[in-house]
Amino acid sequence: MTGTQEMGDYQTVQTLETFGFLPKLTQQEVEAQINYIIAQGWTPSIEHEHPSRAFNHYWTMWKLPFFGETSLDRVLDELEACRRSYPDHHVRLLGYDTYTQSQGVCFVVYEGRG
Amino acid sequence: MSNTYQAGVKEYREKYWTPDYVPLDTDLLACFKVTGQPGVPNEEVAAAVAAESSTGTWSTVWSEYLTDLEYYKGRAYRIEDVPGDPEAFYVFIAYPIDLFEEGSVVNVLTSLVGNVFGFKALRHLRLEDIRFPIAYIKTCMGPPSGIQVERDKLNKYGRPLLGATIKPKLGLSAKNYGRAVYECLRGGLDFTKDDENVNSQPFMRWQNRFEFVAEAVSKSQEETGERKGHYLNVTAADPEQMYERAEFAKELGQPIIMHDFLTAGFTANTGLAKWCRENGMLLHIHRAMHGVIDRHPKHGIHFRVLAKCLRLSGGDHLHTGTVVGKLEGDRNATLGFVDQLRESFVPEDRSRGIFFDQDWGSMPGVFAVASGGIHVWHMPALLAIFGDDAVFQFGGGTQGHPWGNAAGAAANRVALEACVKARNEGRELEREAKEILTEAARHSPELAIAMETWKEIKFEFDTIDKLDVK
Repeated sequence: MTGTQEMGDYQTVQTLETFGFLPKLTQQEVEAQINYIIAQGWTPSIEHEHPSRAFNHYWTMWKLPFFGETSLDRVLDELEACRRSYPDHHVRLLGYDTYTQSQGVCFVVYEGRG
Repeated sequence: MSNTYQAGVKEYREKYWTPDYVPLDTDLLACFKVTGQPGVPNEEVAAAVAAESSTGTWSTVWSEYLTDLEYYKGRAYRIEDVPGDPEAFYVFIAYPIDLFEEGSVVNVLTSLVGNVFGFKALRHLRLEDIRFPIAYIKTCMGPPSGIQVERDKLNKYGRPLLGATIKPKLGLSAKNYGRAVYECLRGGLDFTKDDENVNSQPFMRWQNRFEFVAEAVSKSQEETGERKGHYLNVTAADPEQMYERAEFAKELGQPIIMHDFLTAGFTANTGLAKWCRENGMLLHIHRAMHGVIDRHPKHGIHFRVLAKCLRLSGGDHLHTGTVVGKLEGDRNATLGFVDQLRESFVPEDRSRGIFFDQDWGSMPGVFAVASGGIHVWHMPALLAIFGDDAVFQFGGGTQGHPWGNAAGAAANRVALEACVKARNEGRELEREAKEILTEAARHSPELAIAMETWKEIKFEFDTIDKLDVK
């Protein structure tokens, strides 16, 4: 091999979809994503699941989606409450978009210890 | 029109030029860019196009008097100048819906871009746009799954999808090919793709390719925990072989197959799309040959028409060009037909080359695929241009990474996610491109090396087919 850069080895990583390749988001960065969900008019919702079952489409819902919720703090409180109740589980935040009938945002906020 | 038959040749405009006509909601409308032969009045040329693409022929015939041609004829109802082109003009034509078989873009195209394109009274003719009435759209099946269903199946939300075409495009053995697929997928791509030239050649028969690729897909899924796919190209010499390949892909549990809709034809494509709907298979559509048809600004068919026809014929992904990469594509025109693939209503907007309001009703949307000569430095612009409902495919930009495919894939995935995160935070992607990527590269040696490798590569040539704007 030519060049000054040494050849590296890429190790396969287990990832959890969107933002799985970024460093763990800071509190501030999570807040920015929640604000984005709210600004788009999407419905914040929280799901959690044991890492051994993370590949399933359905994770367990934390309460119901927070219809009409526009308070950043209340969404943060629910994320925290979910994590405390299920410390071993992954916890993800999604934003339901009723127009596309899809999710405009979906990412894992806390990774469970499993 | 008099009710007595007189043999002979009439001027087309007597019957087919109707400037007072108000188009019906059920009419199929078309806009042609016409360049006539010198000396022929514009109205006569316009009427000739309407006649030759609908009920007319060069001579009066007696059997016209057995039907109600006032009901069936196409009508040229408007003529407009083409900005910046003194010899060409736009002709707007309304066709009654009953001229066309239900659910058949084949039949629509055979009429609208049939013999009329060889008509001697014209020097050039280009079909710029078609307004399909919603009544006609409801007779077409459209995409087998569509954007929303594909996202749900693959569990991928809030970001564009990432792919790569496996290179070299010809000559690899099936096992080595599967290796290249596996490396891309384990590194973080969502999809890999057969090159369009790969069908079933002596160096790699399709059965062998499908089997090795299936192993690559399933192993990478197990190891990454994410859902993956490879577009298995089922384009074949005849429909029987095409379906045989599709069935085998299904048997192997694969999520997606691919097809070339122009070289294989709309009949084959519509049939395959229906098979995909019945069998829960996603369908990726490549567009080889489109440049022959759509690149000349005065003759042929604009790609926005081919894109609309594909949405009706059926496909879940369609290549649209990248705007920023190595292949032709004006930004506004591209955004115009990308809307036609994805939205449920697209308003007339001449600045995007859209000549009519188009109501798609409940027809599923198609992912826009940006592929060809793109690399990590293009990522911010690609996301700004295409938004989330797109697939970005980096072939050389993944497999040309100094550490190989997996590291190249990871570099692209990091860059993509950094851009999505930045956009959601309200940052301006194109203006802050360098900062966003540089920050992301601090946590990713793979991205840092990719940025270093491709920093000088640009493809800056003028677009040949520009929009006609003042």
